Amino acid sequence: MKDLSALLAGLLFGLGLTVAQMTNPQKVLDFLDITRQWDASLALVMGSALVVAAIGYALRFKMRKPFYATGFNLPRRLKVDRSLILGSILFGVGWGMVGLCPGPAVASLVYATQPLLYFIIAMLIGMFVSKRLQSK
Amino acid sequence: MHNFTPYSALLGGLFIGLSALLLFVLIGRIAGITGIVAGMRLSLEPEARWRMYFVGGLLGGCWLAVQLGMPLPSAPQGSTLKVVMAGFLVGAGTVISNGCTSGHGVCGISRLSKRSIIATLVFMLSAMLTVWLVGS
Repeated sequence: MKDLSALLAGLLFGLGLTVAQMTNPQKVLDFLDITRQWDASLALVMGSALVVAAIGYALRFKMRKPFYATGFNLPRRLKVDRSLILGSILFGVGWGMVGLCPGPAVASLVYATQPLLYFIIAMLIGMFVSKRLQSK
Repeated sequence: MHNFTPYSALLGGLFIGLSALLLFVLIGRIAGITGIVAGMRLSLEPEARWRMYFVGGLLGGCWLAVQLGMPLPSAPQGSTLKVVMAGFLVGAGTVISNGCTSGHGVCGISRLSKRSIIATLVFMLSAMLTVWLVGS
């Protein structure tokens, strides 16, 4: 059931990203381009996702545990530290350069193009390298 | 406003929110793509398996949306060097800050995490500044 739940959630996520056209990097760049021809669509995607997700996270106060797991898994880190800020700045620069973040990049893999493959390989290397550095 | 698509954006966001809600109430996990992808391992243990199912679903969801008539994902534009640099920065940045548009932007904000709210503000500003400087 755990695997099926994850599969279902993954399906909905990929469906949502594609329906919202977040798999079109130009659409994301047009959202980030506030000084020229702004396309506010991404804000609405986040807005409606936030409202529905908030219901899910609020349900933890009503449920003792998730249906198919022993407990809720929430990030333990609470402090705003240097790595949060530094990592977010780096991520923003990469995101602003081509308009792809991890979700749409991975979801689009099913219709992969050569540039997308380059992006994903570089992204996985970036993840791997910084994980290595973190664990030292 | 330029190419604004409010209805598909709201509907797509709804699916993404529902994905986050289900992943949390069913198996107690946060639907953050960075965390899920960066935590993937080649193993059949449950901890590794649900991630693979989620990512499989993510690809399947994108495929399904295209079969239902949504536009194909577009390839990132620009030179190979630019795409590779962007991919690396996205991968490194999201691991260093522990989250991306989904983990911080959707899931984190909807559970009112201070870290996520700040991370989202920082990567949005950083991405907007990058687009302003580099051009979309």
